[in-house]
Amino acid sequence: MSVEVKIPAVGESISSGVVSVWHKKSGDFVNAGDALFTLETDKVSTEIVAENAGVLETNVDEGQEVKIGEVVATIDDSKSAPAASDSTEKKSAPEKTEAKAVAPAKEKSTNDAPLSPAVRRIVEEEHIDPASVSGTGKDGRLTKGDVLAAAQNRESVGDGIAVPGKPTASPPVTEAATQDRSASGGQDGRVTRKKMSPLRRKIAAQLVMAQQTAAILTTFNECDMSAVQKLRADSQEAFTKKNGLKLGFMSFFIKASIEALKAVPPINGRIEDEDFIQNNFYDIGVAVGTERGLVVPVVRDAEKKSFADLERDIADYAVKAREGKLKIEDLTGGTFTISNGGVYGSLLSTPILNPPQSGILGMHKIMERAVVVGGKVVIRPMMYLALSYDHRVIDGKEAVTFLITVKQCIEDPKKLPLDF
Amino acid sequence: MENFDVVIIGSGPGGYVAAIRAGQLGLKTAIIEKDKELGGTCLNVGCIPSKALLTSSDHFMFAKKEAAKHGIVIDNVNVDLNKMQQRKDKVVKTLTSGVRALMKGNKVTTFEGMGTIVAPGKVSVKSSAGETQEIETKNIIIATGSVPIELPFAKFDGKTIVSSTEALCFTEAPKKFLVIGAGAIGLELGSVWSRLGSEVTTLEFLPRIALGFDLELSNLLQRSLTAQGMTFHLETKVTAVKSENGRVTTTATKGNEEVKFDADKVLVSVGRRPFSEGLGAEKVGIELDDKKRIKIDKNFRTNIEGIYAIGDVIAGPMLAHKAEDEGIACVEIIAGKSGHVNYDAIPGIIYTNPELAGVGLTEDQAQEKKIDICIGKFPFRANGRALANEDPDGMVKFVADAKTDRILGAHILQHAASELIAEAVSVMEFGGSSEDLGRTCHSHPTLSEAVKEAALAVEQRALHIGNR
Repeated sequence: MSVEVKIPAVGESISSGVVSVWHKKSGDFVNAGDALFTLETDKVSTEIVAENAGVLETNVDEGQEVKIGEVVATIDDSKSAPAASDSTEKKSAPEKTEAKAVAPAKEKSTNDAPLSPAVRRIVEEEHIDPASVSGTGKDGRLTKGDVLAAAQNRESVGDGIAVPGKPTASPPVTEAATQDRSASGGQDGRVTRKKMSPLRRKIAAQLVMAQQTAAILTTFNECDMSAVQKLRADSQEAFTKKNGLKLGFMSFFIKASIEALKAVPPINGRIEDEDFIQNNFYDIGVAVGTERGLVVPVVRDAEKKSFADLERDIADYAVKAREGKLKIEDLTGGTFTISNGGVYGSLLSTPILNPPQSGILGMHKIMERAVVVGGKVVIRPMMYLALSYDHRVIDGKEAVTFLITVKQCIEDPKKLPLDF
Repeated sequence: MENFDVVIIGSGPGGYVAAIRAGQLGLKTAIIEKDKELGGTCLNVGCIPSKALLTSSDHFMFAKKEAAKHGIVIDNVNVDLNKMQQRKDKVVKTLTSGVRALMKGNKVTTFEGMGTIVAPGKVSVKSSAGETQEIETKNIIIATGSVPIELPFAKFDGKTIVSSTEALCFTEAPKKFLVIGAGAIGLELGSVWSRLGSEVTTLEFLPRIALGFDLELSNLLQRSLTAQGMTFHLETKVTAVKSENGRVTTTATKGNEEVKFDADKVLVSVGRRPFSEGLGAEKVGIELDDKKRIKIDKNFRTNIEGIYAIGDVIAGPMLAHKAEDEGIACVEIIAGKSGHVNYDAIPGIIYTNPELAGVGLTEDQAQEKKIDICIGKFPFRANGRALANEDPDGMVKFVADAKTDRILGAHILQHAASELIAEAVSVMEFGGSSEDLGRTCHSHPTLSEAVKEAALAVEQRALHIGNR
């Protein structure tokens, strides 16, 4: 019997994605739990695994956009696993016996299969491993179309090499010249053009949507990090010993934000049509930059978590993000976001809201600056804070109150529910 | 009673090649042929004798008209038609006896006579002497081919109203030769007799010649043939053909006008129809389609277990090489292997001068299928070898997929187009792109360089001509 492989519902507000890479090919035998393909959405890319064992038959090509619930493959579980050493022995001459038609056996292209001239050029220019591409030519050989598609697809998963120009009947000379330049990496090219990956395109659309939907305004403040730094220095050894990981700054800011959100609840809410939804829980998104773009995993019920739990959550997410293993559910449903531009050295910025949230706190670089304390100029480790908020539901006074609360908590951590 | 693994009915290129392959695969094989000679239409009254006459008459044209351009002076060029026909017959004889030797060499038993399927697994052969014997077999392959279509108002009389068979055997060039139908056969035989002195007029129902081939190249071919002295009447519907006292009057409508054509001989070359008379197909219940072709599945199986069919008697272009490939695939399937025929890469050729060859989709067909395509063309007047040969007519044209660059079609008009097309077919068989062909080294100076140039032109990078 054939079992359909459908695109799973991967999270709210996600209706479609792109099958970026098939890890198994049509005709392959797959075991339950084998990764079948990578599904890339505007939020995340995630690996979809086989739910049962059998022979895979794919319905969509790599790079194709798919809807949630769409059937992208079937797994025929009536066929059993091939014998341990199959491929080579299978090719031996079939016995000629009865007059039964046999379906032409689809052979896979071998790694050392000779490549056609155009395929040779493209795999060299695009640094494609021919063995990683499945061929549609005679006996599974690679065609130019196969490797062009592979190059384009790889583009879409974020590897920055120019796409070779496609042949066109239209304006020849300039077109050809551009193609050659971009294809060869643009030694003399003043510009190169490449298609944005689906992820990048979605991020772009999402950001524009955020700008156009909310009335985004940013307010600033600054905080003296001396107290937190001292507290960390004093507690670090014990904390590390006890929890097996370091005490960072982020947990302080999460806790401080929760105190501030409690003081100014609307910032932890959102607009839905004509209603305002107040969230009475604190799921805090922590923005993480990855090679493939910004992702915002969400720390759940942060108000109930210890500093150690928060640090552990953040560390786990960082690893998952780097390895591209974040799941959609890790990224959805946050009520407020904290973004730390300081890790890249940003002194001051205006973060952009993560819809439908109403607020985002921007942390920045800690810098020793001259400040006046008690009538004296002193040197202090200072950080600028920024809060971008949706002015539709939050007034300036509330926004300022939020930042001052954060500032006070950071400058006097005893205000926080310290538990280490 | 003898018992075979495979019995093949019909020894044309489909049948005899199937028999060879069956022999190679160790199947006990028999082939049945109703005619005295093996080889079917192709070898006896089709491809081969027509090419013999086309080449002979082309040489005559060279001697008469082209030689002087090369500085060769030949006075009093004449044709000995009798000798020309004898040479043709000798070529046919060599090849048909070659087929006989091949049957022997592959241990194929040959039966002479009319093969009739009595029942699945049972075939009777009725010899010309009237004796009938029955043979038993596990599998039957029907390869009975096709015959010329007869017009109801122009029955073949073998003398004045003729089919291609008789038009290959004229003992003198008819003074006025009328050809009905401007397909491959009409154009080729029209060319032969035009070169040998006939005044040739061709009537075609459609607004173009060479249906199925690239329109642009077909129009160029018509221009060349007209320059050679042939006359074409397109969109002309023949309504009556009357033979009286050795002369034929043909009546046709062109537009709203009625036109009459007087001729010594009329060739009816409006196509061929599948031939399955006397086969017993109906008796055993073999299904035919609406065009009386034998219905098969993708493994060449008819609806009756153990009975297969290939070649002109099934659907598809009526071409010897298509039948051959089907014969091989069919036998391989019978032997439990995986035979296949790639119907997207079957070339077709008209052996006029210049020759017209095509494979895959034409520009028009691709557009009809709404495929986004790129076209690459290269004229032979920009090819060094063509000029050296004094053969500058024609061009190469590629139709490639705009996205993948895969070659979807190739079309060549040239004196040697029939040989040049093979390269494009090979590349297409491997799913190759125009760039693949363009990046393949071609020796210089050759006509094949024009093929490469046209492939390069798909991506606007032909070398020896401006890229628009």
